[in-house]
Amino acid sequence: MSKTSAKASISTTLLAGISLWRRDVIRFLRQRSRVVGALGTPIIFWVLLGSGLGKSFRASGGADGVSYSEYSFPGTVILIVLFTAIFATISIIEDRREGFLQGVLVAPVGRSAIVFGKILGSSTLAVAQALLFMVAMPLAGMTITLSAVFLSFATLIIVSVGLSALGFVIAWRMQSTQGFHAIMNLFLIPMWLLSGAIFPVSGAAGWLGWIMKVNPLTYGVAAMRYALYGGSVDRIGDVPSWSVSLAVTSGFAVAMVTLSAWVVDRRN
Amino acid sequence: MPPESAIEIASVSHSYGDRRALDKVSMQVPSGRICGLLGPNGGGKTTLFKILTTLIAPTSGTAYVGGCHIVERQREVRRKIGVVFQTSSLDRHLTATENLIHQGHLYGLRGKELQRRAALLLELFGLGDRSHDRVAIFSGGMQRRLELAKALLHQPEILILDEPSTGLDPAARRTLMDHLHELREESGITTLITTHLMEEADRCDLVAILDNGRLVGMDSPTALKRTIGGEVLTISTANPIKLVEQIKDRFEITASIVDGQVRIEREQGHAMVGDIMDAFGEKIESITVGKPTLEDVFFSLTGHQLGNKSTVGLAQAETMR
Repeated sequence: MSKTSAKASISTTLLAGISLWRRDVIRFLRQRSRVVGALGTPIIFWVLLGSGLGKSFRASGGADGVSYSEYSFPGTVILIVLFTAIFATISIIEDRREGFLQGVLVAPVGRSAIVFGKILGSSTLAVAQALLFMVAMPLAGMTITLSAVFLSFATLIIVSVGLSALGFVIAWRMQSTQGFHAIMNLFLIPMWLLSGAIFPVSGAAGWLGWIMKVNPLTYGVAAMRYALYGGSVDRIGDVPSWSVSLAVTSGFAVAMVTLSAWVVDRRN
Repeated sequence: MPPESAIEIASVSHSYGDRRALDKVSMQVPSGRICGLLGPNGGGKTTLFKILTTLIAPTSGTAYVGGCHIVERQREVRRKIGVVFQTSSLDRHLTATENLIHQGHLYGLRGKELQRRAALLLELFGLGDRSHDRVAIFSGGMQRRLELAKALLHQPEILILDEPSTGLDPAARRTLMDHLHELREESGITTLITTHLMEEADRCDLVAILDNGRLVGMDSPTALKRTIGGEVLTISTANPIKLVEQIKDRFEITASIVDGQVRIEREQGHAMVGDIMDAFGEKIESITVGKPTLEDVFFSLTGHQLGNKSTVGLAQAETMR
């Protein structure tokens, strides 16, 4: 391929990807139930867990004086991202079933445009909703600082891309949304439960602790925890270091995006 | 390859596991023609459609679309073809215009030029005043017209349609075919359309007949019908199997059973009506004389009917033995 045509190919892929991204955002805003599902469910979890466990919670690995609402706040932010990524990637299955995808598959653009558009669309929605939820930080006894917002924004992008790409890899070959729901219940939700979102690694039994240590989302939740405190470590408790958390989370995102690009290019 | 062939298919075979969907199909579609690909469901039409639109690569054989090899120059083939699928490829949550703008972006079109072209096509297909309505509230016919507009947006040389009239009423079907003819007159576009409907195939310049993955005939509808010649007698009776035997004993003519009716193909079919009525009048409910249709052509080439293949095959087997 000559240099100019390679350039043309990149710009057509970009144009197609951006168009697919825009479409996903428009569709999301036109389907109110999806907003409720992705934002509402995690908030209800958080309120109920906070009120129910608040009194009995004594985090062995948590910092002193941290309420359960506060402890579970970063995990809730990550759950919003996870739910949004799940719903956004389920739309691939719907696109396939409703026939929209067939038109994209015969267009003269690389399939990487589909990966690019979907992951970007899903991440945009996830980051926007998670930032919106951060307005509730004072309810958990946390202070919203400028550095918290900036660091959270950056961290959310990395976590969202990783989880969206993970959803993409799972959804790409699936024929039915029921199949995805099964995976969600058997794999994605446990992955979140065992990420330090609702109980710390140090509080888990031996084998469970090990699962939590190899769970990449543990590092995503930890990174989110650091970011929400604007980098201050007083109330963080016993979690992996910030640099390790960011490195693992970024590595996970890169790996998942690469995997997405690979599955989408395999011929049927 | 010669430039006058818009589509050139050379010995294309395709198998899904053990099942052979296409068996050494070779054919050419000349530029600027409307070619119908006629066959029963499961005959191989959709497989050939998928191969020509680069969705799957054939197990063996080669094909050129617009002069480009379908596997080696896939991207160029995709740019040259406009595709209409059997099922909708529209986004129901988007408006007609939004669907077209998105499609344009996939083909590298953008900005003012894209908007102008989208508006023009919506106008052409009678959707101008509905351009800002969501596709979800469109009728089946409107959605199909929008699909056609979508396929034509990037000004393709070749239009490939897979059973585009699925789910349309006869009037909407005719409108769709009218549009294809108008497009051909105006832009000289080549069209390949798969169908299992006779009336649709009848309106094509060329008809290729596919059955069990094989190409069993290809010519203009008139020429195909001429191969049968003469007339077709169709007789309704309570016991067609018995009548076929009786006709054979009495007139030494081989009749067949199609759709529960007795059929006779004869050069001077109408002259036989009197003789048959004289001989079996009391058993006959009705008798009609007709010119051969593509249905008859299909039957004579394959030995079975286009539609309910299995039941006819059974009746055939019974009468043959």
